Amino acid sequence: MAHRAISALVLIGALSLAACTDPDRYGGGAGGGMGGGAGSAQNPNSPAYFQTAIGDRVLFPVDQSTLTPAAEATLDGQAQWMNVNTSYAATIEGHADEQGTREYNIALGARRANAVQEYLISRGVAGTRLDTVSYGKERPIEICSEEACYAQNRRAVTVLRAAAGS
Amino acid sequence: MFLRSLAKVALLALAGLLPATLPAQAQDRLRIEITEGVIEPLPFALPGFVAETPQAVQLANEISRVIAADLAGTGLFREIPASSHIARVTSFDAPVSFPDWKAINAQALITGAVSVDASGRANVKFRLYDVFAGGELGEGLQLGGSASAARRLAHKVADQVYSRITGEGGYFDSRVVFVAEEGPKNDRRKRLAIMDYDGANLQYLTDSASIVFAPRFSPTGDRVLYTSYATGMPEIYMLQVGAPRPQKLTDTPDTMSFAPRFGPDGARIVYSETRGGNTDIFVKALGGQAVQLTNTPSIETAPSFSPDGSQIVFESDRSGVQQLYVMPAGGGEARRISFGEGRYGTPVWSPRGDLIAFTKQNAGRFHIGVMRTDGSEERLLTASFLDEGPTWSPNGRVIMFTRQSAGATGQPALYSVDITGRNLRHIPTPGAASDPAWSPLLP
Repeated sequence: MAHRAISALVLIGALSLAACTDPDRYGGGAGGGMGGGAGSAQNPNSPAYFQTAIGDRVLFPVDQSTLTPAAEATLDGQAQWMNVNTSYAATIEGHADEQGTREYNIALGARRANAVQEYLISRGVAGTRLDTVSYGKERPIEICSEEACYAQNRRAVTVLRAAAGS
Repeated sequence: MFLRSLAKVALLALAGLLPATLPAQAQDRLRIEITEGVIEPLPFALPGFVAETPQAVQLANEISRVIAADLAGTGLFREIPASSHIARVTSFDAPVSFPDWKAINAQALITGAVSVDASGRANVKFRLYDVFAGGELGEGLQLGGSASAARRLAHKVADQVYSRITGEGGYFDSRVVFVAEEGPKNDRRKRLAIMDYDGANLQYLTDSASIVFAPRFSPTGDRVLYTSYATGMPEIYMLQVGAPRPQKLTDTPDTMSFAPRFGPDGARIVYSETRGGNTDIFVKALGGQAVQLTNTPSIETAPSFSPDGSQIVFESDRSGVQQLYVMPAGGGEARRISFGEGRYGTPVWSPRGDLIAFTKQNAGRFHIGVMRTDGSEERLLTASFLDEGPTWSPNGRVIMFTRQSAGATGQPALYSVDITGRNLRHIPTPGAASDPAWSPLLP
């Protein structure tokens, strides 16, 4: 029971974060089509479930774009979800920590996003449903200048949106 | 704005190029060799310029202060405060009392006068004296322009003084385009801004609706390239300074384009394009087709032309970590020029052609450094938590860059340092600032 309570707290925290950092994203805000409150995360076909129960992001070691086993496990879940919920497409956002020059970090974030895209395709998600963008070090989520923050910022986030024509 | 010689009263070219008629004798005495790294700045006296018309009092004062600040700001000169002056200059044409200036050890004396005519045009006259030689260094000059351009008139005078004493081109009448930043690290808003090299006359060029970064001037300083996420993807834009609408220069589907720089002809750009996670270097004439210059599975980015347009320096991690390479401007085999420990990025060719400035990352620190174009004689000029993105002054003697402080409240700011590693200075901006690009000297 204790474990369950903590999960719920984490989930609420993650949702409110998503709501305040991405107010304009497709359905991202509370009351929108996706992630509309913690309750919908119980529904395994909901974007909220994708974001929190499966995990919408994977993390990378310093200056790497190779997927770790933990990242692959997360992406297996993402692929499975996308293969069921075909009305969604996704933009994969690659990011880097602040330890690097601006231009290189854009290119590094692109490698990370691409690694995720290729993995999802290898697990059956149509490439036409996936695109990528890199923000380099322009959009950190954690702001300290320590490894604890850097580790969270070296990420690729799979951001759901409506598939064309759905 | 015009410049003319007081001796000949001949109208000089608007380009601001002046005949360098230095008396050889004086040149031996009053001279600074910048490359030697000046430890003891040259003392100068700049008695407030004489206001020759009643409306010119404030202007004369402002112009005097700007000239003195320009010169002292180089670290090569030191102003002797007016409170120490013995002689008083009340008329521009009165004879100079050299013993009075020698007595306070002023090696250079700058005198001037300012007038404003009925139409609001300002006229500035100045003379530079070598006090110990007891004569003028170069000819007296006068400059005219709108009174609202007083700071530019002052910068032009300071450029003249600097050039006559150092034998180098000046850099004071120039501007800097940069990214003005606001907000916390995890919600940073960025917009392009332009200002004089010393931080005056700031104007914003874009709003902060989209992330923008790394603006770059055209060789004539009238256009700016930059990267914006306006479409959701990084793409390259060009704006005319002073014109409202930027022009989008890249639009290849499923790619990201960034890190643009002009070629020295101002008619082509070199930049990075990312496709399928791989980043290579491309060149294209404005309005023309893109030509791919590198084709490797590694990251190739941050390209910069040599001033003669024949070569491009760039960074690549093809060896496993970021290093600097030089290739012919048309592509082809690249030769690696950086071999030290750590990573090297953001190379920029000096406008003089002799050096390449770069960012170096090693052992948890960032540095701005310079090396010769063959990679020899590497020198690190700065060290901090995060220094990056060097840009050259028009005369290739000073480098401006971004320095970001560490921590949750860390902010970027603009700094400059000269190529001997001396005279590190913070460039004042109203808020956080990053990615400076220095213009050429203004016409």
